[in-house]
Amino acid sequence: MSRLYPGATGDWEAVIGLEIHAQVISEAKLFSGAATAFGAEPNTQVSFVCSAQPGMLPVINEECVRQAVRTGLAMGCKINLRSIFDRKNYFYADLPQGYQISQFKDPIVGEGVVTIDLEDGSTKEIGVERLHLEQDAGKSMHDQHPTMTYVDLNRSGVALMEIVSKPDMRTPEEAAAYFKKIRSIVRYAGTCDGNMEQGSMRADVNVSVRRPGEAFGTRTETKNVNSIRYVTQVVESEIRRQIDLIEDGGTVNQETRLFEVATGTTRPMRSKEEAHDYRYFPDPDLLPLEFSQEFVDQLAKEMPELADAKKERFIRDLHITPYNAAVLTAEKENADYFETLLAATVDKTGKPISELGSLVSNWITSDLFGALKKLGKSINESPVSIEHAAELLGLQLDGTISGRIAKDVFDIMLDTGNSPEAIVEEKGLKQVSDTGAIEAMIDEILAENADKVEEYRGGKDKLFGFFVGQVMKKTGGKANPQVVNQLLRPKLDG
Amino acid sequence: MSIDKDTVAKIANLARIEVSEKELESTVGELNNILDWVEQLSEVDTDGVEAMTSVVEASLPRREDKVTDGGYRDSVLKNAPQAEHGFFAVPKVIE
Repeated sequence: MSRLYPGATGDWEAVIGLEIHAQVISEAKLFSGAATAFGAEPNTQVSFVCSAQPGMLPVINEECVRQAVRTGLAMGCKINLRSIFDRKNYFYADLPQGYQISQFKDPIVGEGVVTIDLEDGSTKEIGVERLHLEQDAGKSMHDQHPTMTYVDLNRSGVALMEIVSKPDMRTPEEAAAYFKKIRSIVRYAGTCDGNMEQGSMRADVNVSVRRPGEAFGTRTETKNVNSIRYVTQVVESEIRRQIDLIEDGGTVNQETRLFEVATGTTRPMRSKEEAHDYRYFPDPDLLPLEFSQEFVDQLAKEMPELADAKKERFIRDLHITPYNAAVLTAEKENADYFETLLAATVDKTGKPISELGSLVSNWITSDLFGALKKLGKSINESPVSIEHAAELLGLQLDGTISGRIAKDVFDIMLDTGNSPEAIVEEKGLKQVSDTGAIEAMIDEILAENADKVEEYRGGKDKLFGFFVGQVMKKTGGKANPQVVNQLLRPKLDG
Repeated sequence: MSIDKDTVAKIANLARIEVSEKELESTVGELNNILDWVEQLSEVDTDGVEAMTSVVEASLPRREDKVTDGGYRDSVLKNAPQAEHGFFAVPKVIE
């Protein structure tokens, strides 16, 4: 689906490509034994290698290699059994080596394709050009001192995967969906935590415009965009800016731009002189990275289940609706929560898993997600523990409480954090299934409403609901509706 | 291949090496000598010969994913011209 953008002189088409930087999950850095954990005191996770002291040599972390291959496999990419590390040379205060070790001509992962889901329910294939391994730089802080910049090298040398798309996207929505998809893939593959607030994932957004069918226009690159919403804003504002610029007789400069959160627009980076002359050359400290096809096959065999496979299994084995399956698998933490709660509910009730999938998935996608949305919390911050949620579903399944009461109990759980069993006990919410008690109540109600009974018997069937309602009211909603139905009908029919 | 004074000045700037006007002239000559010397290698026909990365049979050594290094901030900062609150402190560089 190609969307056109109207300008004063006719329609335009946008061409968008993303370079996504994803921080590799590993204990140690790409070429040194220093730690990668987030949030440590400044410069405490720095070795002589990552601070580029003279004479230090890089030695590659084999887990980072495996993580890059896993990510490539998860994106359906070609894995290159031989790749080469190059030096990308530039000067900056947070780059102690004076160059970044990266991969230029021969990356570890080659072409592939990912499928994105769009809001109208359609899908589109987006090409992946390559994935390469590289070092992250340190962190500069410009706002701590009036005349100095503070540099923390804890991040210096941490492994990054740069995932480069083909220029296959045409709308802001597609760019956002692609970013989301890559985030989901790396999280499922367990290769990047996808945490954008901590900078674990960020995108350089390339945008150009052209007349439909013509050659690509000149593109701009907006750096370090660290949320899905910002990607959308960058693309929207760049498309508008470039169309207006060209239609006013100007030309787009190939330049690097920065996103300004406050205005939702981009501005040119003050261009550093000759900043783009990186003078790549093979790093003489590192031999080519080579591994066997068996190494790749072994990693492929050990891959965790990915979103698409999980979705199919949920539908096939757990009998949950395709819609619920799609919602639950889009984000890994939702799928994990579902599977953990399902297992806990199986434990609690002793019922087979295939019978519980539907109930548990419905409860999560409607009750729990509804509550979390109101609270503005993510599933990992849920005020209701897995154990309590399983207890609640168990109470409902064994008939202790009705579905309607379960919703009330859930509300109280959200407020108090108490266990559902304690709440049911304390508030006396146990469903009444005692036929004797219900029968007595029905007799009372029929006696009190003799006129309505006459009407019902005269053919006004709809009054049945009224009687059920009266019984429920008398029991505070605690009567087992099935038992009420069973007992009420013969009595009414006389 | 040969390079001129402007190219040498540009390379020097990219490498953050100060080369005076006087030095430039002689550096141009020296670099061109080196380039000419390397250029002689192109006389050898290397079509179909794979690039050699090492004279000995060697493969890239690898490390286990274990934290074995770091945790000595004072040593890391020791040679810094200026350090404050555990950070390297450099003249303000802001985009």
